[in-house]
Amino acid sequence: MSKETFKWEIRLSGSGGQGLITAGIILARAAVLDKLLVTQTQSYGPESRGGYSRADVIISNKEFYYPEAVNFDVLLSLTQDACEAYAKNLKDSGILIADTTNVKNIVPMNAKIYELPLTEIAMEKLGTILPTNILSLAFLVKITGVVSESSLKKAVSDSLKPQFKNLNLKAIKIGFELANRYKK
Amino acid sequence: MQSNKSKLKTVLMQGNEAIARGALAAGLDFFAGYPITPSTEIAEICSVELPKFGGKFLQMEDEIASISAIIGASLAGAKTMTATSGPGYSLMTEGIGFAKMTETPCVVVNVMRGGPSTGLPTKPSQADIMQAKWGNHGDAPAIVLYPNSVSESYELSIRAMNLAEKYRTCVVLLSDEVLGHMREPIELPNLANVKIVKRITPTKPPEWYQHYPDNPKYPMPKASFGEGYRFHVTGLSHDSKGFPTNRADETAVLMSRLRNKILHHIDDIVQLESFQMEDAKVAIFAAGITSRAAKEAVMIARKNGVKVGMLRPLTIWPFPDAAVRKLLEDQETIIIPELNEGQLSREIKRVMGCSWNSESKTCKYIVQLNKTNGQLITPEEIFNLIKEVI
Repeated sequence: MSKETFKWEIRLSGSGGQGLITAGIILARAAVLDKLLVTQTQSYGPESRGGYSRADVIISNKEFYYPEAVNFDVLLSLTQDACEAYAKNLKDSGILIADTTNVKNIVPMNAKIYELPLTEIAMEKLGTILPTNILSLAFLVKITGVVSESSLKKAVSDSLKPQFKNLNLKAIKIGFELANRYKK
Repeated sequence: MQSNKSKLKTVLMQGNEAIARGALAAGLDFFAGYPITPSTEIAEICSVELPKFGGKFLQMEDEIASISAIIGASLAGAKTMTATSGPGYSLMTEGIGFAKMTETPCVVVNVMRGGPSTGLPTKPSQADIMQAKWGNHGDAPAIVLYPNSVSESYELSIRAMNLAEKYRTCVVLLSDEVLGHMREPIELPNLANVKIVKRITPTKPPEWYQHYPDNPKYPMPKASFGEGYRFHVTGLSHDSKGFPTNRADETAVLMSRLRNKILHHIDDIVQLESFQMEDAKVAIFAAGITSRAAKEAVMIARKNGVKVGMLRPLTIWPFPDAAVRKLLEDQETIIIPELNEGQLSREIKRVMGCSWNSESKTCKYIVQLNKTNGQLITPEEIFNLIKEVI
C-alpha cells in the first residue's frame, strides 16, 4: 500500500428498511479485512421501516477520532429526501450516487454525479428489490476503490445468512458490471 | 502496551457488544434486564452467550425487578450486570442505593439517550452524568466510568466488573447512543491475559464472619448465601453482621466505610487521558463520545497554529478533582463541550473555584458548549468556539 494518507467519509442514505445500515456494516467489515481504520455509525428514527435512515462509514489509513461523516467524499442516496438533505455536505471533489428510481431532482453541484435506477435494476435483474443495498455498495466500491473487491465479497459472505448469500453475491457482480460501464 | 501474543484477532464490533463481551470476559454469570433502546443489544448478546456456559439470563418485567434480581444473584455468589437507558435507570436508582448500602457488587450500564422522560430513544445524550452520582437517595459515593471507543467499552466493562468486586459496590458504566451503536475494529485480548478480580470468600470460621467488617481490606471478602455463613441483608443502617441498628456509633462506622472505601482509593479508581496537553494554552475537557470531536478539534486547531489539548475523564465519579485542577490551572481557556445543559462544566467550575454562572473574571475563561437536540457536537463547532474565545 502506498504511504500516502487517505480518509474517505461515506454516507449511505435513504429510508428505513432499505438495508443501508447493513450495507454500512458490510463496508466497514471489508475495511477491517483490508487492515484499514474504520468507524461505522448510523442515525435512524424509532420506526423499523419508513422514516429516514443513514449509515456513515469513515475509512482511513491514519488514525482519526470523530466517528460521523461531516463532509462527504461519497454520498449514496436511495431516496429524494435523503438526497436533498445531505447533498449540501458533499465535497466539491466528492461523488454522488443517486438511485433515480426514487431521486428525481438533483440540485446543481460540483461533485461528480452517477445517476442510475439502482432499485429498478435490482428488480429487473434479480427479481427483488431487497439486494439494492448491496448492488449499490458494489457500484460504490468499484467506482471509488475504497476497499478491495475481494474484501467486499468476503464481508458479504461473512455477514449474511446462507439463504441470502448467493443473491447478494449476484448483486455485487451486477454492481461491479454497472460501474465498469463508467470506467474508461 | 500489551504484547502481540496477548491479542488474538481484529474484528468489527459494536460498542454495546463490546460491553457485553467485556463483562463476560470479566466473569459475568448472571444478567437480568428489561430491553430499552439504545442498550438492548447488551441484553440480547448476554441472552445468547450466558447459557452457553451455565450462566443465567433473565428478562424481567421492568427495571426495578432487573436491579433487584442482579442484587439477589450477587448475594448468592454470581457476578452480575444489567443494562438500561435513562428511563430505566430512573427506576433502578432505588435498587442502586440498596446495592451500595448493602455493599453488594453489581454493574449497571446506562447507555444514555435524549431525555428527560422517554425523550429521544435513538439519539445520544450525556445528560445522566449527575444522575449517575446523585440518583439514589441518601449519600453514598459512586464509581462511574465512561469510555469513548468500542475497544475502551470492552476494557472499561471489565474494569467496572472488577471495581464492583474489589470495593463491593454498584458500579455504573455509562455509554451513549452513538458509542453503543458505533462499530469499530477491536483487537480482542487473549482471555487468559484478562485481569479479573475474583470474589474473595472468607476463610474465617462462620461464627467469626463479619459481612461488614469494621476495618475492611480491599478486595473486600464476601460470603455468599448458602455457604454456611450467617449474615443479614437490609437497607436499614446495620452493624457488622448486617442486623439493623439505630446506634449512632455503628451508623457512623457504616457511613464512613461507604465513603472512605471510595475516597481513600481515588488513585486506584480514577483514570484520566491527557492528550496534547504539554504545551496547550487552551484545554478541552470532554468525556465519552464528545471527546472524539474534541480530539479531532485539537488536531484541526494545531494545524491552524493554536496550541490546544484535551483532558478526558474515563472515571467520571469520583470526580478527579486534584488531577484535573493540576492539569487545568495553567490554561488560558477551558472549553467544556457536552451533550447536556452543563453537568461536567459545573464540576470544572467547582474544582477551579468558580461558582455556578459566576461573573468573576477568573472564571470567564471557562466556556461551555452545550447541545441537547439529539445531535453530536462536531469538531468544527468546537474549533469555531476556540477561535471565538482566544
